[in-house]
Amino acid sequence: MTALSVPARPEDTSLRPVPWRRMGWVTWRQHRSTLAWVVVFLGALAVGLLLTGHQLHQAYVTAVAACRPPANSVTCPNATIAFDGTNGFLANGGILQATPAAIGAFAGAPLLARELETGTFRYAWTQGFGPWRWALAKLVPLAVLLATAAGVFSLVLNWYYQPYFVAANQNLGLEELTPFYPALFGLRGIGFAAWTLVAFAIGALAGMLIRRVVPAIAATIFAYAALAFAAGGWLRPHYLSPAVTTSLNIPGSAWVQSQWWTKNGTFAFSGWPPESLFAQYCPKGPPGPAGPNGKPKAVSLAECLTPHGYTQWTSYQPASRFWPFQWIEGGWLLVLSALLIAVTVWLVRRRAT
Amino acid sequence: MNVIESAGLGKRYHSTWALRECSVAIPAGHVAALVGPNGAGKTTLLNLAAGLTAPSAGGVTVLGGRPAGSPAALDGIAFVAQDMPMYKNLSARDMLHLTRNLNRRFDQRYAETRLGELGIPLKRKAGKLSGGQQAQLALTLALARRPRLLVLDEPMAMLDPIARHDFMASVMTAMVADGVSVVLSSHVLAELERVADYLILMSRGRVQLAGDVDDLLASHRMLTGPAAEADRYAQRLSVVHARGGETQAHLLVRTTTADGTVAPGWEAHPVGLEELALAYLREPAAAALPGPERRRNTSRTEVSR
Repeated sequence: MTALSVPARPEDTSLRPVPWRRMGWVTWRQHRSTLAWVVVFLGALAVGLLLTGHQLHQAYVTAVAACRPPANSVTCPNATIAFDGTNGFLANGGILQATPAAIGAFAGAPLLARELETGTFRYAWTQGFGPWRWALAKLVPLAVLLATAAGVFSLVLNWYYQPYFVAANQNLGLEELTPFYPALFGLRGIGFAAWTLVAFAIGALAGMLIRRVVPAIAATIFAYAALAFAAGGWLRPHYLSPAVTTSLNIPGSAWVQSQWWTKNGTFAFSGWPPESLFAQYCPKGPPGPAGPNGKPKAVSLAECLTPHGYTQWTSYQPASRFWPFQWIEGGWLLVLSALLIAVTVWLVRRRAT
Repeated sequence: MNVIESAGLGKRYHSTWALRECSVAIPAGHVAALVGPNGAGKTTLLNLAAGLTAPSAGGVTVLGGRPAGSPAALDGIAFVAQDMPMYKNLSARDMLHLTRNLNRRFDQRYAETRLGELGIPLKRKAGKLSGGQQAQLALTLALARRPRLLVLDEPMAMLDPIARHDFMASVMTAMVADGVSVVLSSHVLAELERVADYLILMSRGRVQLAGDVDDLLASHRMLTGPAAEADRYAQRLSVVHARGGETQAHLLVRTTTADGTVAPGWEAHPVGLEELALAYLREPAAAALPGPERRRNTSRTEVSR
């Protein structure tokens, strides 16, 4: 057997902690393949978006040229259909909505769950670096790197969706979305990076709590979806109190939150006029063409009702609030991510010591 | 100095106590064996000492009063957990580098030389090494940290007999050469008889017997005599375990006197470590814990170093 002896041990004169920078190599060595996968995945998506986005932008330029007054009435409808129909599946953002969840689930959830599942935490957390510092030194740099990668990727997203948000579209009869359009709000601006960050933080915490990789991944996706729906449905409308107007010309870029009617200063009804009122004041049907959903256009209705003392009120978020909303959402997502990471590190610390 | 010291230590998982009322003081300079059946609380005690779990009751300190899990404690203890957990996709060299980065001290040259002597290729992934090689790699990583205390949880469970022998030889070498204190757990008694000089016997979450192996062996005798007299005779002695046939009875007793005089018709024999441990394990109610004697043991140990 080996007779090699361990050299004499220096005295523990000053017990300074192992420097933070030493974890840099550890984190890089253990997670470089995850980071590489994320970069490859986002890179492939970006290439796909650049290629299809090129077609989309081309279709948009063609449509604008065709429909700009005086419109060439022959080519305009076809160009409009071509633009509106280009890459519909990407345009609704469904597949891209899942991207932050996927990054969070596959980069965040296994981070601690795999250690706990395979037992390697008993190696990692008994080294001199200390368990909670180890957790912090892994989570924070990875969170920053993933959020940065997502932020760079979202530049492509911003470019891709640009044609849908041009203010002139409505007048040209082209699809114009409000910048608050739910499926796309989280993909543009700083939203994509912020949602990726929070997905990673959710994954890390789920991994620490559940301790097994596959259930932690499932829980991460579920929790992320719940948070995304809650944010879009309940929180986002209340970031800033909506503007209120009696104007009938609401721009297509505005996010209409509610509409109600008053008669001679008192509340009459909300939403669409009841059938009875409709029959009473618009017996011949509303003037002007019907809207896309078969119902009369709001403007046409108002033309019937306003002469009889009715006023239409609209509360809405103007498009100019896109960036304030982005910063508010990015802000609370950042705070939430920091909190989730702090809880994860605290759990590692509480489990030990 | 006690390498592990606990008072009223308890650990509860949900409603069951894995360890309760555990008060031990394992002095430095020993190879201390933690012995007991599965589920006795050995791993729980070691995890608590390594700072991997927090106690539900009481407290545990290591290396002369450092709270378990504190930076000072982590710095001085090298813990090799059950099944030698390692990152299977990392090479032996990466594992060295990893451990080096995670600790204040790491003797790279020692580690590389040792792996070279053992014929463990540095490029090979940890998961591709044999069980014995993985154990030796884990031990190398632990020893290269130059710990004061080496804690091994069931180190021999995965190993074949030759690997067991080599592994324990490595542990003993480190112990002798560097004065590393060793605490190891096992449910394989026979393996420990050659190496352990301090014994902690655990069952059902409690410490049943603890002490210097020589002292324990000196204070126990196996008495053999007529079965008919056994019950009456046993009342005068502190019997740990009694077994008997139709004619002869065997009483494992704890003696306080060293003279070894016994009643007429009875014979006294010294006991072996395995025999002693088995006797206690068969009688979970019997306990022999060093009370005031502990101080004496400790100081004697310090002097003998």
